[in-house]
Amino acid sequence: MGALGPYNETVMEHFSNPRNMGELDGANAVGDVGNPACGDMMRLYLKIEDGKIADAKFKTFGCGAAIASSSMLTEIIKGMTIEEAKKVTNEQVNEQLGGLPPVKIHCSLMAEEALKAAFENYEKEAAKKAS
Amino acid sequence: MRKTYLDNNATTPLHPKVLEAMLPFYKELYGNPSSIHHFGREVSGAIADARHKAADLLGCDVSELYFTSGGTEADNLAVIGTAFANSEKGKHVITSPIEHHAVLEACHFLEKQGYEVTYLPVDSKGFVDPDELKKAIRKDTTVVSIMHINNETGVVQDIPALAKIAKESGVYFHTDAVQSAGKVPINLKEFGVDMLSASAHKINGPKGTGLIYIKKGTRIQRLAHGGSHESGMRAGTENVAGMIGMVKALEISCEMMDSELEKYGRYSSKLWDGLNEKLSDIVLNGPADERRLKNTLNISFKGIESEAILLNLDMLGIGVASGSACSSGSTEPSHVMLAMGVKPEIARGSVRISFGKFTTDEDIEYTLEQLPPVIERLRKMSPVA
Ligand SMILES: Cc1ncc(COP(=O)(O)O)c(C=O)c1O
Repeated sequence: MGALGPYNETVMEHFSNPRNMGELDGANAVGDVGNPACGDMMRLYLKIEDGKIADAKFKTFGCGAAIASSSMLTEIIKGMTIEEAKKVTNEQVNEQLGGLPPVKIHCSLMAEEALKAAFENYEKEAAKKAS
Repeated sequence: MRKTYLDNNATTPLHPKVLEAMLPFYKELYGNPSSIHHFGREVSGAIADARHKAADLLGCDVSELYFTSGGTEADNLAVIGTAFANSEKGKHVITSPIEHHAVLEACHFLEKQGYEVTYLPVDSKGFVDPDELKKAIRKDTTVVSIMHINNETGVVQDIPALAKIAKESGVYFHTDAVQSAGKVPINLKEFGVDMLSASAHKINGPKGTGLIYIKKGTRIQRLAHGGSHESGMRAGTENVAGMIGMVKALEISCEMMDSELEKYGRYSSKLWDGLNEKLSDIVLNGPADERRLKNTLNISFKGIESEAILLNLDMLGIGVASGSACSSGSTEPSHVMLAMGVKPEIARGSVRISFGKFTTDEDIEYTLEQLPPVIERLRKMSPVA
C-alpha cells in the first residue's frame, strides 16, 4: 500500500469524482448485477438510440474498486455502437484504470456483467415489442 | 490536512513517558539480563521492578506474570499450551466465534492436531450466555477461552460469571484481555480466570510486547523452547525495553482510567447522537448500554459499503476501521458481525470508530462535521440506499 492506499491515482480519481453517476431519465436498457449481501451491486442505465449508446449512467454499492470500475465502464461505452460495446471486457476496464490490485480485479468483472445484463434486457424488450 | 486518528483498537501512539522509560534500555543499559556481571544485573533488576509493578496493578503474584511478544503469542500460549499439557484428560476446547484471530486460529491449529473445538453462540449484541457454556463443558474439556472486550464492537463479557462455571467443572479458563487490560479495572484476585492475555500497543505502549498471567498451579506447556527465560515459560533473550515500556504504559493507563472512561462515554454519546441527528438508517452494532466499552463505536450505514467510507474519510485525514474487507473473490464480512446475526449487507457497511487517550473534543467535532456528507454522497451513488 502506497501513499494513496491500495489504489493508483486513476482509480482514486474515478472513485472521488465518479463519471456518469446517478439514475438516467429515459433509459431504455437497465442491467442489475450482484447483491449487497455479497458485497457489491451495480445498476447500469443505458439510453440506446439508433443502435448507439447515447447515454450511460450507474449506481453502485461497493468498494472503491467497484465504484471506479463502474465509472470507467460508462466512460468507455458512451457513444459506442451496441456491437462495439458488446466487445468491451473487464480487462479493458481494468487496463484503463491503470490496473486494480489483484484481489480487486473481480470488481471490474461486475461492470462487464452489468453491461451484458443491460443488453440482454434490451433485447428481451425488443423481442417482446416485435412479437 | 488535519489528522484525526480514531482507530485506537488497531493500535495507539506511544506515550512520550513510555518512550522516555524505554530509551535507556536502547542505550546505556544494554546488558543481557541473564548475565551475572553488573551490566546484566542492572537490567535484570529493572525487569524485576517492572514485573512487581505489573503484578501490583493487576492484583496477582509476581511469579504469575510472563512477558511475551504480544497479545497473539499470549493467546497462542494459553490455548495451545494448556490443550497440549492436558491432553491425557481430553482433547476438547471451548471458545466463542467472536474471538480475535489469535485465539480462533490457535483453535483451528488444534483442530488440525485432532482436537475438537466448540464455538459457543453469541446473541445479537455479541454476548456469550453462561448457560451455554455450562451445557458445552464435557468430561474431556480442558480449556475455555472467551475474550473480555471485543475489538470490533467493544462488547464486555461477564468474565467472572463465565470463569466461575469453568472452575466449578475443573476446566481452565483463559480470557483475551488485549482490548481491556489498562482500559477497565481488572483485579485478578477477583476475576476468577486462570490465564489472561494483554498487549502493550493497545494502551500506548510499544508494539511487539505483551504479557500473560498464568495462575500458579496451571498445567501448561511452553511453546518457545530454549533457555530458561521467563521461569522457563518462554525462551528467548528478553525484549527489555518492551517489557519496561509495557509496564509503564499499564501504569499510566491505570492512573488515567477513571477520567478516560468518563471521556469515552461522553465522546460516544456525542458522536452517536450527533450522527443520528444528521443521518437516518444507521445501526449501532453491539450493546448501547454499559456492557460496551465506550471507546468503541461500531456503526453500520445502510446502503453503502464500508471501504468506500474509509477511503473518503482517509482523504479527509480521518482514520477509522472497517469490519469487512473486500479482498478475495468472495467478500467476507466480519466474522464477529456474522456471529451476531447481523445481515451481511448491514455488516458490509460497518465502520469501527475507536477512541484513545489522545483523542480530543476537536477530533469528535471534526468527524461529526465530515462524516455525514460522505455518507450522503455515497448513498446517492448506491442502488440500494
Ligand atoms: C482482542 C485482541 N486479541 C489479540 C490481539 C493481538 O495482539 P497483538 O497485536 O499484540 O499480537 C489483538 C490486536 O490486534 C486484539 O484486538
